[in-house]
Amino acid sequence: MSILIDKNTRLLVQGITGNEGMFHTRQMVAYGTNVVAGVTPGKGGEWVLDGKIPVFDSVRIAVEATGANTSVIFVPARFAADAIFEAADAGIPLIVCITEGIAVQDMMCVRNYLDQKKCRLVGPNCPGLLSPGQSKVGIIPGDISIAGNVGIVSRSGTLTYEVLYALKLRRIGVSTCVGIGGDPINGTNFIDVLSMFEDDPHTEQVVLIGEIGGSDEEKAAEFIATRMTKPVVGFIAGQTAPPGKRMGHAGAIIEGGSGLAKDKIRALEDAGVKVARHPEEIPDLLNPTAMA
Amino acid sequence: MKLHEYQSKQIFSRYGIPIPKGRVASTAQEAKQIAEELGGKVVIKSQVLVGGRGKAGGIRLAKNPTEAEEVATQILSMEIKGLPVRKVLVDEAANISSEIYLGITNDRAARKPVIMASSSGGVDIEEVAQVSPEKIIKVHVDPLLGLRDYQARDVAAGIDLPREHWKSFISITHGLWKVYTECDATLAEINPLVITAENQLIALDGKMIIDDNALFRHPEFSEMRDLDAEAPSEIEARKYGLSYIKLDGDIGCMVNGAGLAMTTMDIIKLFGGNPANFLDIGGGANADKVAAAFRIILSDPNVKAVLLNVFGGITRCDEVAHGIVAAMQEVKPKVPLVVRLVGTNAEEGREILSNAQMITAETLVDAAQKAVAASKGELQ
Repeated sequence: MSILIDKNTRLLVQGITGNEGMFHTRQMVAYGTNVVAGVTPGKGGEWVLDGKIPVFDSVRIAVEATGANTSVIFVPARFAADAIFEAADAGIPLIVCITEGIAVQDMMCVRNYLDQKKCRLVGPNCPGLLSPGQSKVGIIPGDISIAGNVGIVSRSGTLTYEVLYALKLRRIGVSTCVGIGGDPINGTNFIDVLSMFEDDPHTEQVVLIGEIGGSDEEKAAEFIATRMTKPVVGFIAGQTAPPGKRMGHAGAIIEGGSGLAKDKIRALEDAGVKVARHPEEIPDLLNPTAMA
Repeated sequence: MKLHEYQSKQIFSRYGIPIPKGRVASTAQEAKQIAEELGGKVVIKSQVLVGGRGKAGGIRLAKNPTEAEEVATQILSMEIKGLPVRKVLVDEAANISSEIYLGITNDRAARKPVIMASSSGGVDIEEVAQVSPEKIIKVHVDPLLGLRDYQARDVAAGIDLPREHWKSFISITHGLWKVYTECDATLAEINPLVITAENQLIALDGKMIIDDNALFRHPEFSEMRDLDAEAPSEIEARKYGLSYIKLDGDIGCMVNGAGLAMTTMDIIKLFGGNPANFLDIGGGANADKVAAAFRIILSDPNVKAVLLNVFGGITRCDEVAHGIVAAMQEVKPKVPLVVRLVGTNAEEGREILSNAQMITAETLVDAAQKAVAASKGELQ
């Protein structure tokens, strides 16, 4: 019914005792996610959430004690790269980094290190993952989506919520929603997720939400044209953004004439993707026969 | 953040990269004095954070100190692409025999730093990149290994640099690599790196951009920021942790999240309106932040309507609503306000706003259409 996370996800929260870590741990537990441990260096031995979740000093010890198989990172930007290295070295196969604002040279080191390891990073600067009805890892509000067979992959945060909500209002359900994050250097790209959706028997069609900057949407278009059998609907944010201006995300900047919305839209349309003009048009473009 | 040429070159010099003798001046008298100290011909260079300074007349030669004073007077009274010239760099003039381009930046597709070099350096490097990209060689560096000697040699060989200059070029390349990594630059560039008539390599011009996300490691850069290059409203926004960019339209936008903010601008355009700005209040925005955002948007006299679109996740709609009420009491806006609140605590948010004078919307399309109509005076 899903990719990357499901009922078997045993989640560890890095930075669990911080404000954001605590708030979202509560939300994830309320959703039904199996949160087995937290890590905050110096607070090992404490328990949080009314004594339900043990806190450890290091990821390695937490994994040994609880068998955690996924980690979500809420630590501040200056410590986040280290938290990713720690999770990777502890053998966690799936690391989801929510933290925004990690220095780009730190991320280049992280990415080049992880390429030599058998683990997957989602993010940073992302809302995380949601497999409706099964598990929620990150900060996507749980009540704006229902279970179904549409896979969603997005570079954005709140824009993703907007799309999930627009689908829910039309009773269209989601297998998994993956927020890959808006940073220029990230762990998982569109193609990684598209290929997982293509292989997932429960995902019947896919929504891809991109934005200006970089060339990941163009590469995704090529993948869709040559490798995907499932229908894809797209949306690209930033059609009115002036070139050379940084639109909030490190990712959302147009550099030297490339990364324009119109080029991405054309590439996707050439690959047979139906591209919506605005988020609320996405449900109209999905294949109705494939709906639950 | 961008650094000025003189700031970049001072940093280069600390890493062993040869630069011309010279100093920065804020007055024509200082410029004259520096020219006297240097003796001989000097070049007077405006220090503004835009490209094309030379073509705008902001870089000129002076034969002697008196001429240096005259030229500096003129350049210091200039505006280049809207930016006032407040400082000039007075450098010893070099006898240029050839010009090389050497730069290091992040290659996001390769996820590695890349060294770029060309024997056709100088002002037209961007044209070279477009017309004959084969003249620019690129060497990717593993960020975990750092720059290796053989890679620096590959760069030298790749641009057909005469062998007599290899040693000095390789040392400059290593220096620039250290500048790039130790300063957390997203760009460290020497253009041109000149070979002088005396057969020396000198970094005649320098440019650096520092990763804003790494500034916590570099308190030394905070006082180097040139506020002239940013609109006052953008500086004010940064103070509150808001991301604001002024545009030319007349519908002010306040949104949480960059992707949704861009989408809100796009949909306004789709329905025939024009966004006045990009504004991302960020995640977890509180009432103070919202009030500040509101003031900033309304400080733009072109704004004829404001669209507030918040999809509550971490951000709570009731907090946003409190911020709007506080800001409205303070600024008393004369333009119509269209509000759409969805998600976390949206009901409470709408309740708080129910007594205020504003237009509410349910869907994104509805919100955009109402904002466009309001901006044209068709909806009050």
